[in-house]
Amino acid sequence: MKARVTVTLKSDILDPQGKAIEGALRSLGVRGVASVRQGKVFDIEIEGADRAGAEAALKTAAEKLLANTVIENYRVEVTG
Amino acid sequence: MKSAVLVFPGINRDRDMARALRLIAGREPAMVWHADRALPPGTDLVVIPGGFSYGDYLRCGAIAARAPIMDAVRAFTVKGGLVLAVCNGFQIACEAGLLPGVLMRNAQLRFICRDVYLRVERSDTPFTRGYNAGQVIRVPVAHGEGNYIADGETIARLEGEGRVLFRYSSPDGMIDPDWNHNGAMNAIAGIINARGNVLGMMPHPENHIEPVMGRTDGRGLFAGLVDHFQRAA
Repeated sequence: MKARVTVTLKSDILDPQGKAIEGALRSLGVRGVASVRQGKVFDIEIEGADRAGAEAALKTAAEKLLANTVIENYRVEVTG
Repeated sequence: MKSAVLVFPGINRDRDMARALRLIAGREPAMVWHADRALPPGTDLVVIPGGFSYGDYLRCGAIAARAPIMDAVRAFTVKGGLVLAVCNGFQIACEAGLLPGVLMRNAQLRFICRDVYLRVERSDTPFTRGYNAGQVIRVPVAHGEGNYIADGETIARLEGEGRVLFRYSSPDGMIDPDWNHNGAMNAIAGIINARGNVLGMMPHPENHIEPVMGRTDGRGLFAGLVDHFQRAA
């Protein structure tokens, strides 16, 4: 099974990298960009076909390592 | 003082730290590999040095914080053992949950490598007894992610309990945004845990200990630790 864990900064955390990217997009003339927040995507392959088990394992992975929950939120999707 | 310096892949300040400990404590520290599961018997001080453990992959310090040796370090702190965590070591200590908060990308997005001034906030801890409260010391920093942040409640607790030991300041000890090089909340450069036995700091006291380095302002930290253990003995 394929799965994706998306890690994003919590909304109250300043994101200087996102701000720099936002500025670069403006200077490239890309129109209509109101704001940019940078995050991380982990594409993970899961052995077997136990969907609920996979979701539980990925939640553990996110809590224990992939995200720092002091500053980041995460989302787990098992895409099949 | 029996000290142990942790060594992770990508750490590069371990030998500077070992040299400082050797010169000031007069005793060779044990170099402890990340994959080990135990600290040498009788260890008084564990040092988590600076560098770029695991190439700063995922988040600074994130992988090192989950290394096998860290369980032994956690158990050591529970028993009251002293831990000095510098630069990447501070990041590792935060990721390991030994200290609260996070070191974020510097507010100006630049790697900073220069001397900074620190105001020592307290002298009544094992880490700062070699200084006077309010004293300003000059030591180097070298980091891209040293911008300390924590939620409002944590910052209030740190301040209320006097757990900020070092702040970025002007040469005369004023706290001013112009001297807060990385944008850290409340100009925080170093904090201790609630029990007071784990210090995390971004600057490198181990790099200003000999006249040949230009200054010796970092000596006080190590000399204070040596004094602490001599008095306890």
